[in-house]
Amino acid sequence: MPRLERISRPALWVIVGLLWSASLLVAAKNSTQARDAEYAPADIAYGARLYDAQCTTCHGANGDGVAGVDLRSGRFRNAVTDQDLTRVITTGIQGTGMLAFKFDSSEIAGIIAYLRNMNAFDRRSMKAGDAGRGRTVFEGKGDCARCHRVDAQGARVAPNLSDIGATRSAGMLLRSLTDPTSQMMPINRPVRAVTRDGKVINGRRLNEDTYTVQLFDDQEKLLSLTKADLREYTILTVSPMPSYKDRLTQDELADVVAYLLSLKGR
Amino acid sequence: MTRRTTGAWLALLLTAAVSYHVQAQVGSDRLLNAAKEPRNWLVYSGGYFSNRYSLLTQITPANARNLELKWMYQAAVAGAWQTTPLVVDGIMYLTQRPNDVVALDAKTGRVFWIYRHTLDPTQIVCCGANNRGLAILGDTLFMGTLDAHLVAIDAKTGRAVWNTKVADSKGGYSVTLAPLVVKDKVIVGVGGGEYGIRGFVAAYDARNGREAWRFYTIPAPGEPGGDSWKPCPPKTSDSFCDPEAWKHGGGSVWVTGSYDPALNLTYWGVGNAGPDWNNEQRPGDNLYTDSVVALDADTGRLRWHYQFTPHDRYDYDSVQVPVLADITWRGAPLKAMVWANRNGNFYVLDRETGKFLVGKPFVKVNWMDTFDERGRPNQTSQPAGMPTWPGNQGGTNWYSPSYSPHTGLFYVSAWEAYATIFGGTPVEYREGRNFGGGVNRPFVPVPGAPSLPGVRRGPINNWTEAAATGAVLALDAGTGELKWKFPMTDVTDSGILTTASDVLFTGGREGYFQALDARTGSLLWKASLGAQIVSGPITYEVDGKQYVTAISGLSLCVFALRE
Repeated sequence: MPRLERISRPALWVIVGLLWSASLLVAAKNSTQARDAEYAPADIAYGARLYDAQCTTCHGANGDGVAGVDLRSGRFRNAVTDQDLTRVITTGIQGTGMLAFKFDSSEIAGIIAYLRNMNAFDRRSMKAGDAGRGRTVFEGKGDCARCHRVDAQGARVAPNLSDIGATRSAGMLLRSLTDPTSQMMPINRPVRAVTRDGKVINGRRLNEDTYTVQLFDDQEKLLSLTKADLREYTILTVSPMPSYKDRLTQDELADVVAYLLSLKGR
Repeated sequence: MTRRTTGAWLALLLTAAVSYHVQAQVGSDRLLNAAKEPRNWLVYSGGYFSNRYSLLTQITPANARNLELKWMYQAAVAGAWQTTPLVVDGIMYLTQRPNDVVALDAKTGRVFWIYRHTLDPTQIVCCGANNRGLAILGDTLFMGTLDAHLVAIDAKTGRAVWNTKVADSKGGYSVTLAPLVVKDKVIVGVGGGEYGIRGFVAAYDARNGREAWRFYTIPAPGEPGGDSWKPCPPKTSDSFCDPEAWKHGGGSVWVTGSYDPALNLTYWGVGNAGPDWNNEQRPGDNLYTDSVVALDADTGRLRWHYQFTPHDRYDYDSVQVPVLADITWRGAPLKAMVWANRNGNFYVLDRETGKFLVGKPFVKVNWMDTFDERGRPNQTSQPAGMPTWPGNQGGTNWYSPSYSPHTGLFYVSAWEAYATIFGGTPVEYREGRNFGGGVNRPFVPVPGAPSLPGVRRGPINNWTEAAATGAVLALDAGTGELKWKFPMTDVTDSGILTTASDVLFTGGREGYFQALDARTGSLLWKASLGAQIVSGPITYEVDGKQYVTAISGLSLCVFALRE
């Protein structure tokens, strides 16, 4: 994971800053109000692994390695919302040892999910996937490359996954595997168009405006269609990707998620 | 003197007379009749009634397909370009980022002069270096600035005449609207609703910049409306209430008002309360936030008000342009004010008295359900974590609507299928610091899906119709009934222009500049200009030719019919 390797400084102050400056306005009620709903177990697990690698040097495994700071309490006096947590982690706090860390959005999602659930998280339940095994499943049993492309390998019909690990959280990736429609980004929705002369075009949407749509058709061609020239134009909301819920074991799913999370782009 | 010489002198005198006419000053009488002088565009909204309706008829539904680009002017500073130009006798004046004024030939786009205002480095604005335009009186242009000054500029030379400080920019005050000149006064409002300002509308003597009157949109205790900022309830451990919330209660005014000369009233839309989203820390209705106020144009005294969104928790600024229309309502003539509000409702008010007459949603609304007889909405707050329609940017926003007396229709740019999951959190006031108090989340069908950006950042719409769609809605001005809809895939921040020949011009985030039939909404013509259009088109005439403008990205594009 090259992106993570670049984060080489000790993470002593990653979380310290969250508790550093007091604000009397923040009450327990607000920390719950500010949370971004539920946190996926896969995100919490991913965040736990990142925490172990980046934060324990200073904060300790239990989050109490810095005097006067208890990350497990779930209350952050200088950070109410998840946005606040993101800001503190990625920009640091001037005048303290808290440095800015270059986590991507998947990693941030994981760390925040773990911080919000640090007290309740049971590490024994954590399914630590293996990226190497996941790649084997991806290219073999899963047959994922039939539609998806990673770097120079695979088809282009479905979205390119070369940097998917930098943009989607672990929870989202797991849900994508088990319930693809629930995670299909609206821009990727399949479209079906029928021209005035009856030609049927199926493809994946790349862009759309009031008068035109740009897509990648099932023959791997870039097409731009003028809607006024079409007899029929339909945006589908069901993903063509099959669910892997029953096609892969729980361990295989965890491995594939670990592999996808390792895809950070070039 | 020979007959030939006499003829030459006569010709010279005639030329001089014509030149005088062409270069005539813009007196207050011309401003009063601006809408009847369609070859020019003398005030921000085309006339004091703010109809954005032109009497020019050269471009028609039948020939609009023959529109072609005549010239372009390119700005140098990137960012949403929200200005509306003025056109005075063949000269176009417009602002460009951050606070420049440009004078150019309205026929060719060639520049005469540029005035550059030097900004105070401490200036703070929430939403970019926006400026929406100018006002003119005599030979003087007036511009509000990001550092909350009002500057008078000689329209012939581009040199500053006077420069008045309107407010302290360190406190988050700014002036982004186009001023409104009424008689001998220049009227402006202040922005800064995200910084805990105490908003106001103020008038300045056009000759010297001295303040003539000021109306605070947030009344102090003891003033009329001051009791709408209620005392805090007994303190509890998990709540925060500010006993002096009015001091930084917001009420910004960042879009130009209107004026009815017969009533001598000037009307202004007032912005959100501060903090924007955590309404618990400011109990009460919080007047005059989210209201329209009718002020005596000579004194600034409040004649009446109507509050669209009492005790707002959604940032539903009422900073729309007040559109004044003389209509027939239930069989009788009515001096009306018609208003499509950010909160998703269309309103008809009696502009003499402020009486509420009609309230009707023009997009999906679930923050309220009914009105009482005085127009007070019954608010229906959604449970925590549930979406509220319309979303934070509103069913519409500051985008100028249009009213056509010819069709009797009111036209508005709307955001449909757009919601936000609102949440408030306590925020302590600190001068110049953000005072929003919000923990809002966009409502998207798929977790992690792109949400609607505040301003379009690129040419790809990856938030799609799942986040929101746009439309031009044509509403019956007396009832709010939908007459037609022109749907757009992406939302639109564009203003709207209509003409007496029933042509409607508008843009949108997709970068299309469109001419529609104002009677039916059918597309007449379009041009893809390549970048978002976030200002209102205007039309004018030079040497017998009608022009129409659109600002797309950094480009001011001017169209006219093919010869």
